[in-house]
Amino acid sequence: MRFSKDHEWVEVAGETATIGISAYAAEQLGDVVFVELPEVGKTVKAGDPLAVVESVKAASDVFAPVGGVVAEVNGALSDTPETVNDQPEGTGWFVKITLADPGEASGLMDRPSYEAFLATL
Amino acid sequence: MRYLPLTDTDRAEMLGVVGAASIEDLFVDVPAGARLAGPVDLPAHAGELAVERALGAMAALNRAAGAGPFFCGAGAYRHHTPASVDHIIQRSEFLTSYTPYQPEISQGTLQTLFEFQTQVAALTGLDVANASMYDGSTACAEAVLMAHRVTRRKGAVLSGGLHPHYAAATHTLAHSAGVVTRRLSAAVDDEAAVVEAIDADTACVVVQNPNVFGTVSDLAAIAQAAHAAGALMVVVTTEAVAFGLLKSPGEMGADIAVAEGQSIGNGLNFGGPYVGLFAAREALVRQMPGRLCGETVDAAGERGFVLTLSTREQHIRRDKATSNICTNSGLCALAFTIHASLLGGVGLASLAGLNHARGRALASALGAIDGVEILTPRMFNEVAVRLPKAAAAVVDALAARGVIAGVPFSRLDPAAGLDDVLLACATEMTTFEDIAALADALCTELAR
Repeated sequence: MRFSKDHEWVEVAGETATIGISAYAAEQLGDVVFVELPEVGKTVKAGDPLAVVESVKAASDVFAPVGGVVAEVNGALSDTPETVNDQPEGTGWFVKITLADPGEASGLMDRPSYEAFLATL
Repeated sequence: MRYLPLTDTDRAEMLGVVGAASIEDLFVDVPAGARLAGPVDLPAHAGELAVERALGAMAALNRAAGAGPFFCGAGAYRHHTPASVDHIIQRSEFLTSYTPYQPEISQGTLQTLFEFQTQVAALTGLDVANASMYDGSTACAEAVLMAHRVTRRKGAVLSGGLHPHYAAATHTLAHSAGVVTRRLSAAVDDEAAVVEAIDADTACVVVQNPNVFGTVSDLAAIAQAAHAAGALMVVVTTEAVAFGLLKSPGEMGADIAVAEGQSIGNGLNFGGPYVGLFAAREALVRQMPGRLCGETVDAAGERGFVLTLSTREQHIRRDKATSNICTNSGLCALAFTIHASLLGGVGLASLAGLNHARGRALASALGAIDGVEILTPRMFNEVAVRLPKAAAAVVDALAARGVIAGVPFSRLDPAAGLDDVLLACATEMTTFEDIAALADALCTELAR
């Protein structure tokens, strides 16, 4: 699993990247009440807005940590958005992307680097 | 609460912080040609009696709607508001209170907003209503923008029966968001044209019921055609009393219903302030504009009310908010709520029935006049008639003789080529003597 500075995580399996928000982000947001997911088929580059996560106190953009085409979205989140708080780095995933560049994720932080980064915040 | 004015020292300090030499420097972006050269030319002061006399003389140049036979409708309606409505809204707790952002000290305001929303949802036959918009025309514009967000499509079809001012307001607000509004030609009944105009890029169709020509229709066929194409149906109601007699927008398949609430609890007010009603199906709630009041329980488990779903609004979502409007027409909404509560469902149905009866009597009297043609096939309380001469001139001639005959269509849409069409409306305030006076005056005028 790799992490971006905006607190998104990426898990790559072949050409597919699963994306979500980190446990740190989920905790900072508070109780998630709604997730606005993109349309399947949408093309994004790294840094483009990908989704919006709403908690009781804020609405935050989730940015694509890597580029590609949206292949699947986690529809279960519309009924149970609290999954994002329960399992942010597991079943609380947001989007699966077919990668434009399968190696792009390697430029992101690994877990130890991300945790070091969090310590500086 | 005391008023603490600024001193010259305060002003100098603030100017220093922003780096301006004087107050005039703050207006540097106003073109010289638009600036006032000196003080406004007003008399220095006058005593209260003299001021009353002067303003009274100015006001006397106007003629109050109730001063004689009066048949204007077309978006603003003369109805009776019981004295108790004003008595209650004049309570300082209601009259002076601000937005209920702090629920712990605003339960009174929030409860009345929740009651208002409940009434609007019930009247429109939809699941959820907001705490009101400025007026019916901006509510209509907001509905089109919402349909654009929901469907991600750029087109909106506006029926030829939609009030021309509503169409204009919608176009103004929509085009800056990249939505292309297509307004069909003015038509007394254009179901076929609306259905024909729907295509794959249509976000919504906007139909008014009763429409600006007074026509009442069953909109189910339009709803079906819109839904089959993946578009939404927005239903507009300008005469809120009609909810007491007609099938609700929700029952006819509306996804969004908007209305002007003025007819219930609010006077003509020279065109405003009014109150826009806005309701939608539950699935669309997160795309709704405006303020939403919700019901919840407090820490002690007691029922309470709060503003909710605030993440749609601009103070949280900023440029991604559902609207730039984050306020409501609170006092007018309250007046609506009070009057509607006093009427109740049975009372509103009764009031609507009375309006319809007076409208039919009006249409009957007008239709009996030689040269006058009734254009409206099915009506509630408003009728469009074709005269043998320009309607505006007829209205002016009758006004000079103390009868306000209605609204010439040319005043709403001078380019429609319907200069001989007059819109006339009757309400529970219209007496049979009024109708007789209009028929008489019209007969005389047309015989000239």
